[in-house]
Amino acid sequence: MTAGIEAPMVGLTHGASEDTGLGQRGPESKSIVVPYGFWLFVLSDMVLFSALFATYATLVHANDGGPTTSQLFHRDLVAVETIALLLSSFVCGLAMITAKRANMIWTQGWLVLTGLLGLVFLSIELYEFASMVAEGAPPQRSAFLSAFFTLVGCHGLHITCGLLWLGTMMAQIWAKGFQQHILRRLLCFSVFWHALDIIWVAIFTIVYLIGTLS
Amino acid sequence: MTLFGRLTWDAIPFNQPIPLITSLVVLAAVAAIVIWITMKGWWPYLWNEYITSTDHKRIGIMYITLALVMLVRGFADAIMMRAQQAMAIGQSQGYLPPEHYDQIFSAHGTIMIFFVAMPFVIGFMNFVVPLQLGVRDVAFPTMNNASFWLTASGALLVNLSLFLGEFARTGWLAFPPLSEKAFSPGVGVDYYLVALQISGVGTVLTAVNFVTTILKTRAPGMSYLRMPVFCWTALASNLLILAAFPVLTVSLALLMLDRYLGFHFFTNDGGGNSMLYMNLIWVWGHPEVYILVLPAFGIYSEVAATFSGKPLFGYRSMVFATLAICIISFCVWLHHFFTMGAGADVNAVFGIASMIIGVPTGVKIYNWLFTMYGGRVRFTVPMYYLIGFMLTFVIGGLTGVLLAIPPVDFIVHNSLFLVAHFHQVIIGGVVFALMAGYTYWFPKAFGFTLDERLGKAVFWCWFIGFHLAFMPLYVLGFWGATRRMQHIPDPTWAPWLDVAFVGAAIIGLGIVLTVVQLLYSIKTRDQRRDVSGDPWDGRTLEWLTLSPPPHYNFAVLPDVHGEEAYWTRKQTAIKEEQLIPEPNYQPIEMPVNTPTGIIVAFFASLCGFAIIWYIWWLAIVGLIGAFAIFVWYAWRDEHEHIIPVEEVIANARERRRIRMEHLHTVSQST
Amino acid sequence: MVPVLLTSACNRGILDPVGPVAGAEKQILINSTAIMLAIIIPTMIATVGVAWWFRRGNTKAEYRPDWEYSGAIEMVVWAIPALTIMLLGGIAWIGSHDLEPSKPLASKTPALKVEVVSLDWKWLFIYPDQGFATVNQLVVPAGTPVSFRLTSATVWNSFFVPQMGTMIYTMPRMATRLNLQADRVGVFNGLSSHFSGDGFSGMQFKVQVLPPDQFAMWEQGAHGSGLKLDSAGYAALSKPSSYVKPMTYGAVAPGLFDAILANRVPSNPVPLPDHNRPVNGTKA
Repeated sequence: MTAGIEAPMVGLTHGASEDTGLGQRGPESKSIVVPYGFWLFVLSDMVLFSALFATYATLVHANDGGPTTSQLFHRDLVAVETIALLLSSFVCGLAMITAKRANMIWTQGWLVLTGLLGLVFLSIELYEFASMVAEGAPPQRSAFLSAFFTLVGCHGLHITCGLLWLGTMMAQIWAKGFQQHILRRLLCFSVFWHALDIIWVAIFTIVYLIGTLS
Repeated sequence: MTLFGRLTWDAIPFNQPIPLITSLVVLAAVAAIVIWITMKGWWPYLWNEYITSTDHKRIGIMYITLALVMLVRGFADAIMMRAQQAMAIGQSQGYLPPEHYDQIFSAHGTIMIFFVAMPFVIGFMNFVVPLQLGVRDVAFPTMNNASFWLTASGALLVNLSLFLGEFARTGWLAFPPLSEKAFSPGVGVDYYLVALQISGVGTVLTAVNFVTTILKTRAPGMSYLRMPVFCWTALASNLLILAAFPVLTVSLALLMLDRYLGFHFFTNDGGGNSMLYMNLIWVWGHPEVYILVLPAFGIYSEVAATFSGKPLFGYRSMVFATLAICIISFCVWLHHFFTMGAGADVNAVFGIASMIIGVPTGVKIYNWLFTMYGGRVRFTVPMYYLIGFMLTFVIGGLTGVLLAIPPVDFIVHNSLFLVAHFHQVIIGGVVFALMAGYTYWFPKAFGFTLDERLGKAVFWCWFIGFHLAFMPLYVLGFWGATRRMQHIPDPTWAPWLDVAFVGAAIIGLGIVLTVVQLLYSIKTRDQRRDVSGDPWDGRTLEWLTLSPPPHYNFAVLPDVHGEEAYWTRKQTAIKEEQLIPEPNYQPIEMPVNTPTGIIVAFFASLCGFAIIWYIWWLAIVGLIGAFAIFVWYAWRDEHEHIIPVEEVIANARERRRIRMEHLHTVSQST
Repeated sequence: MVPVLLTSACNRGILDPVGPVAGAEKQILINSTAIMLAIIIPTMIATVGVAWWFRRGNTKAEYRPDWEYSGAIEMVVWAIPALTIMLLGGIAWIGSHDLEPSKPLASKTPALKVEVVSLDWKWLFIYPDQGFATVNQLVVPAGTPVSFRLTSATVWNSFFVPQMGTMIYTMPRMATRLNLQADRVGVFNGLSSHFSGDGFSGMQFKVQVLPPDQFAMWEQGAHGSGLKLDSAGYAALSKPSSYVKPMTYGAVAPGLFDAILANRVPSNPVPLPDHNRPVNGTKA
């Protein structure tokens, strides 16, 4: 029914359709339903992170005589990490634009760069974790460190899953071209990737910035 | 490190006769069913029509089947507890040692909430919501199938603990530090954590699916304020799942990190804070109550309107009350631990917030009352449950408000009074609704009605059994009896515990009669066919199509005018003595079957089992397997199959012919 | 029938309070129940009455198939529960503040201090001013407020003497406060009301309320007990056990409660091969 207006539907706009909530037109097309469902999933993921943030806020001072935030965090390293992730998100946006134009070379190129920047982020994070463990500050040391490793690590785990997803998407685009359902998935991926950025900004502020202020 | 981690022959309870014999009986029963299905040659049918089906109706039926089977397990636990408490008084220690009794009450709570009430409610949402919205399926049919199988795999793991190892001995919420490795070193808590994590994923995916379905796919003309109340309550319930279940995931994950990797979230040492777990788990746990009870309210609303022959009284009020409960339910979690000593202001604020939920709930009771007022009430089985519910639930509400008053909670918290209260609202509120819905929608699912007389017998068993089983617990609560006692210190409590045991036995009779009713109704199905598709003179769109509905539900999506989509249409047809003109039929695209769900759940179960027993290589196999099937699924090209227009037309014309016949009988009788 | 049975039995839990806290709580329980029953009983009668009167077979009942809204009725059905809840909310607010567990009770008599430790699975009562301790037996003078500090050496429990009122959690590494008073002389039941593991059912204890002069005599006797709660005694006591007979320690290491609170004493949780609980020696 709405197949006609479904054609180049990469953005989040509703295209020709107009959603008034009155349901006059019957069920929405897949190009609206799929991203909508994915948004809901992202929202529930945000709730998950908010519970982890609450846990961190509760336990941040419970260091059990062990190292504290200001002793452990290095703002410079985290700044590089943050720039890598934000750039990755920006490049992902570029990939979406080229995908909309069905440009295989550029899309793949930008996606590779997205992934590489994600890898840079992940490597710095792992380096940070490893050096903390080496300094005698593993997650088993105190409740504060448990909460820190879990909150930041959960974000890192999301990035890792995102990278796996990204690799799968690149292979799919390569093998199958810019089909409707693949573009929808790519859109979902970019929503996911940007959402992780937002969460990282919160982590950067609440964990690292406030943690190194005093 | 060995190949099988912690798993050795000691895991099998050879020296404990009760779990061993139960295990053998259950295994024998499962084997018998498998052999029977194989001999009948039903596997291809089951595989194609149920196991791999993406049809929301079939998935709903599977959910409800799972819930009914688990109800038997959960009830077996219940009757064992009642028997133990009736026996272990004074000098006697009863027949269950503490380490076994503690597993039973933990399993009872876990199973009844996660694997009976949840799948039952989700089963109804699956079966009913797309039909009531006038559409052909949910937004994500394949994911729907996977959600079911993930729930089933959680249930499988919980039941596996009967044969291998043990279940948690910590109560159904596994409060730390008792559930920490230091105090619960066995696999029991791990079974609990892993099973709930897996089924929790399924539940969140269900919520994503249903919120999208309800908000984005409705029949033309079905605006928000024309949706049946059951759809509204399903929406509210799924929004709650979406916002609450991630918190459960986090609470359980943190406890797992404590247990598996030695983290210090809730431990006594290392700066851990066990009060944090209490807060997190109840931030999920309180909304969970409304996740269950709101759809139950939806079912009552459908039943009240249909069998009173009137629209639901105060529809907008009901919708508003539902959403009010949905929101307030997130602001009350602290009332589960007033006795933690948080201070007068905190306690009072949360106490009053909890009471405020009583307002929209009270409004609902009155609106059902006024729905009956001025109606022509037909005393069918669902109506029995509605009235039974209204009588039972107001008392449950009363005791609930009492518990919300902090100084009263100080003397009845954790007592049998509390146990009686939450059973009163869950049995009187949720279970009665589920039984009403089971009777109400059964003919839609299978094309014949359930036996009415046996249905009423089942109702009386539940109603009388419930009151006998739980009213004595209120009394014992007043006398200072606390919950989870393996041994009863005061011999004067014995008569009350005996009455409670008899009550539980009567509920058991009700469960047996439910099975009898089902078998008898199947046997006599030819006399009880629902040929019209509208056996109760219904008002919502599920009664527009045939019973059972075709895979695609509606040949053409119905055009909705007014709040009661089907009722309006039916009345017009009766008045004009004709159906709406035949529409222009089109071929229909429907999603294809897929084994993705069951394969993902297989790998999830494998991975979960491996984590419980520390078999790390197997856990990795499970993860890789799940990822591989995910990619394989993403790679497929064919998502839909087309139902040719000829088939659609043939079915639709048959339906119109039946409806015309039905119309003539209706017109002649009025 | 039920009320008769409830009141006819003696020594019956929260319905038979022996002190001001329990008495006030019982009163709130009864008042709130009465307020709600005034609404609920008519509602229940109306439910059955309406359903029966409007049954399909009743030709006298008027059928109004389209009656689905009435502003006036909506107003009333929102107002009734709202007003009830406002009333009860007021009771809850005042009651929460009056009966806040940590608030000292008003009394001319100075409060008796008792420190409560829940162990696996028994209760330790330390009398810090007197310097002795009891297990599974709390002895208090009648008419005297008792000021409790409570903690747990292992997992959570809840300290509860139904006839004295308010229960409160005992939690490891945390101290809660509770103030109670018993005015009636006698022996009353106490228990843990938060599940704490396999020996939970055996965590019952007795509360003996004595007239003040007899309490003084009991104090004398308690000092005479030869048992000492030093580090060795505590290590022995903290071994998991259930259904422990009441006993008295004539002397107790000073500051034991705070040492337990700070996790500075050895304790014996469920013995496990792979479990290493920090043991830093005792303070005593």
